[in-house]
Amino acid sequence: MNTLSLIPALPLFSAILLMVSAGRLPKQISAILGVGSVGLSALCVAMVAMGFMADGQVREITLWTWIAIEDFTPAIAFYVDGLTIVMMSVITGVGFLIHLYSVEFMASDESFSRYFAYMNLFVAAMLLLVMADNLLLLYMGWEGVGVCSYLLVGFWYRDPDNGQAARKAFVVTRVGDTAMALGLFLLFTELGTLDIQPLMAAANSQWQVGGTLPVLATALLLGGALGKSAQLPLHTWLPDAMAGPTPVSALIHAATMVTAGVYLIARTHELFLLAPATLEAVAWLGLATLLLAAFAALAQNDIKRILAYSTISQIGYMFLALGVGAFSAGIFHLMTHAFFKALLFLAAGAVIHCLHHEHNIFRMGGLRTRLPVVFASFLIGSAALAALPFTSGFYSKDSILLAAWSLPDIGPTLWAGGLLGALLTAIYSFRLVFVVFFGEANTEPDKQAGWKMAVPLIILCVLAAAGGWISQPLDDVFPAQGHDVVHVIEYIGIAVPLIGLLLAYLLFLGKQLSLSSLTESSMGKALQDFWLKGWRIDDLYHNLLVRPFTGFARLCRNEPVDLFYNSIAGALRWSHRSLSSIQTGELRWYATSMVFGLIVLVAIMLRNAS
Amino acid sequence: MSLVILILILLGGGLLAIFAQRMNEDMPRWVSLATIVLALVYLLGVVSNLPVEPLTIADAGSSWLIHLKLEWIPRFGISFELAMDGLSLLLVVLTLLLGLIAVSSSWSEINFKQGLFQANLLWTLAGVTGVFLAMDLFLFFLFWEVMLIPMYLLIAIWGHENKAYAAMKFFIFTQFSGLLMLISIVILAWQASLANGSYSYSYFDLLGTTLNAKLEFWVMLGFFLAFTVKLPSFPFHTWLPDAHTQAPTAGSVLLAGILLKTGAYGLLRICIPLFPNASMEFAPIAMALGAAGVIYGAVLAFAQSDFKRLVAYSSVSHMGFVLLGLYAWNTLALQGAVMQMVAHGVSTAALFMMAGAIQQRLHTRDMHKMGGLWHNAPRMGACALFFALASLGLPGLGNFVAEFLVLIGLFAVQPWITAVAALGMVGAAIYALWMMQLAFQGKPIENREFADFGRREMATMAAMMVALVWLGLYPQPVLDIAQPVLDSLQNIVPSLVSEAPTADIAGVNL
Repeated sequence: MNTLSLIPALPLFSAILLMVSAGRLPKQISAILGVGSVGLSALCVAMVAMGFMADGQVREITLWTWIAIEDFTPAIAFYVDGLTIVMMSVITGVGFLIHLYSVEFMASDESFSRYFAYMNLFVAAMLLLVMADNLLLLYMGWEGVGVCSYLLVGFWYRDPDNGQAARKAFVVTRVGDTAMALGLFLLFTELGTLDIQPLMAAANSQWQVGGTLPVLATALLLGGALGKSAQLPLHTWLPDAMAGPTPVSALIHAATMVTAGVYLIARTHELFLLAPATLEAVAWLGLATLLLAAFAALAQNDIKRILAYSTISQIGYMFLALGVGAFSAGIFHLMTHAFFKALLFLAAGAVIHCLHHEHNIFRMGGLRTRLPVVFASFLIGSAALAALPFTSGFYSKDSILLAAWSLPDIGPTLWAGGLLGALLTAIYSFRLVFVVFFGEANTEPDKQAGWKMAVPLIILCVLAAAGGWISQPLDDVFPAQGHDVVHVIEYIGIAVPLIGLLLAYLLFLGKQLSLSSLTESSMGKALQDFWLKGWRIDDLYHNLLVRPFTGFARLCRNEPVDLFYNSIAGALRWSHRSLSSIQTGELRWYATSMVFGLIVLVAIMLRNAS
Repeated sequence: MSLVILILILLGGGLLAIFAQRMNEDMPRWVSLATIVLALVYLLGVVSNLPVEPLTIADAGSSWLIHLKLEWIPRFGISFELAMDGLSLLLVVLTLLLGLIAVSSSWSEINFKQGLFQANLLWTLAGVTGVFLAMDLFLFFLFWEVMLIPMYLLIAIWGHENKAYAAMKFFIFTQFSGLLMLISIVILAWQASLANGSYSYSYFDLLGTTLNAKLEFWVMLGFFLAFTVKLPSFPFHTWLPDAHTQAPTAGSVLLAGILLKTGAYGLLRICIPLFPNASMEFAPIAMALGAAGVIYGAVLAFAQSDFKRLVAYSSVSHMGFVLLGLYAWNTLALQGAVMQMVAHGVSTAALFMMAGAIQQRLHTRDMHKMGGLWHNAPRMGACALFFALASLGLPGLGNFVAEFLVLIGLFAVQPWITAVAALGMVGAAIYALWMMQLAFQGKPIENREFADFGRREMATMAAMMVALVWLGLYPQPVLDIAQPVLDSLQNIVPSLVSEAPTADIAGVNL
């Protein structure tokens, strides 16, 4: 077995082992298997990455032919280029840290080994997704991560609400996945292959820029990406998905799975370049999502829901980047976001862990001195999220905004929207920091984070702070994009998050500004409630889709088709009864009816004779 | 002769099981197990001695492995004609393997008339095997009835609370549609005799018979109804939920696992090749029924609170994909349909076994009275999860390969119907996860005695899991066995599409 196939095989093998052992292994062994397999996998990724840095060669390997029917020959095969290396590094690197953190976070859980089985399975599926050399295998990873997300969101299965959230996550993303499957059907029917590289070549040679087919095909793929990456209009599942354990949110719903849609578009960017209409839609959807989610984040009180809306919003930036053709910038933001958002989630997890499962930020406060490591983590993470200068988030967000600005026509509008988003981001992230870590202490922590939680936090702090200087090997993957640097634009980009920070300080810490006149008014209350409930999109879907569906199902529950068959049976039974009722056994009746029948017969005969 | 011996082993085993009960109450199930194992070993022995060419070479002219023709009623041209090719081999092996599962799943469930129970089980298997092998249409009809009656008895004698109604409904639906098929068979043979001068009921003689268009349509319809009632297709499916719900576990396993496949087999082998013109005309309607079944089955599965009814409706949904694949009639879709027969056979058998195991423990099938079973029986929960995921089409398991192939093949023919049928993927996610929620997740009921799966049950489940993973990750052996047969069928009927495909996708204006 070579290094490449070991990368997904190690966590997969560990997952199977943990599942088959069904919790009979001691916790230490489960932990070593769970963390160790991802760690080894990360080492393998490092080896492959170093080799790639040295020679720049794309690595390919075919394990076996999955299906071979006529021209349809998808294989279990991997294709590793610079983009895959970036993704693999994020998945196994950040994944390893989160696994290590989980050992302590989940230490007292009775389903410890089940947790690691699901987590390892997730890592394997996610690696499959990014390493797949054909879209069918990618789809397998795609559905695989969806199932693992379902399993982990509903991990604490005894609470039906968790199950509800898990099913919602799966079903909503499945709607997108179905569109994506149709996209695969269309691509195969028209271009005769699903192998990604030949597919791109075939599309480039057979399809015109702006033709109907590329637009249709990319729109269908986009459907899948919107679902998985929780973008409008399929974003509603992500805030609820916070029902799972917090490290799960860090790994799946911040760092890796939710960025799969970004990866899909980046991977098939040649198709999207043939469909400018879809690409523009990607940009607008990204912008709309990032603003909508940022407003919603402002109104949340649950620490995890703030981060969830923030994730939706940040992925909106990635979509904006893809939409304006700045694929490298999109992937760059994907990576830095993985660092700082994983950090924030893990830090939030530490807060929740040390505060008896408290989620409401207004019942926290003053934790700055009580949980210093967590405070430092939160501070650095929020700075990067708000894109304060020289943090990792600054570099990636800056390059997205610059790329948006340079686009003709719609560029400045997209840029202005993105800038507004950046202002909001700074406000909500520092609202979180100020409310949770400053001010009066409302709840006393009952324990401190141990080393297994602290070490990942510290490493992620370094990455979130300095990750902006990592250079990604993406030059051979995406077309080069040069734009003139406009200094004024850059300065505005630096200033806006700082203004946001200042506003957050004045509002939530210094209290020099007060929103009470606004929030106390009925309009303000309504608006706050509207944003708290995520613009009431859930209610909309509930009334528009869920209720008609369940209503129809309830209506049909007792098999309406049987009404037809039962009516035949009923008619037969009726005629049976009516005919048997004349068989009375009374001679008088028989004689009378015979005479009556005779008269009728004679009458008919006479009539015919005349 | 080997095929006759195969059927005789199963019939004889049934008789033996009845006698075995006089020796010992537990003896019949061992007889049954031994009989099926013997039949399997015998079949594999026969197959391993055959030349391999027909299994691999697609266009060698004949994909038949074994062909036997004996005179039976020469006056009417009726013969005892059996034949086997890759497709029948695949389905007979599936039949016997699921027979083993059925015996295992009812190991401790049946507590009276065990001998008769096992006999009926084996005779059903014999009937199904005969259906998959018979090449004389009269003989085919005979076997069609042979599999019906023992199954009727299985439901009527060993069924649950409402067994009489369910068994009678099953019987009337199948019998009535079987009658239509018999009429069609006779008309077809009579018409063919006008052209050939002599009577014959042989499939090979009847292939290529030309009827006038109107007559061909009506005769085709007789076959189509018989097969789609069995499949079952919307709107002829209503016997299925009742039959499944009331049948003993082994009956449900056989019913879902293999009896439904005889309908699909009949369409593939008989209905479409014998009546290509009428089928071409009828294909859009058949596909619409298939897509309707996919959606309707999924919605109604979600609406149920009875575990077995839910699984039964999921079968309606899954068999809709088979109907779609068959009438799309291109290699990808046909392979998908065949794969669906195999994969659905395994996954649904497992779910019915699960339902039976729960009912045996809790004495209810109502999922609202379950809840939190994962806590009591984690092994059972994990198995249920696995097969629920298989049922919702998780890639990596056999059902996904089947449904994906059907849809990708169908897309080239009917993109809009494909788009509708693909919604079944969402529907499947809804009902499969809802089932997991109601039965296994949620708050466990306190102080509930509930035994987890034992060794026998886990072994059976594990075998089916391995089978589905194998079908999902390396389906090629099955595809290769079916391919020559599908090639030769496609030689008989090149296409069911009357106009140029994909014209209407390209015509979409955006």
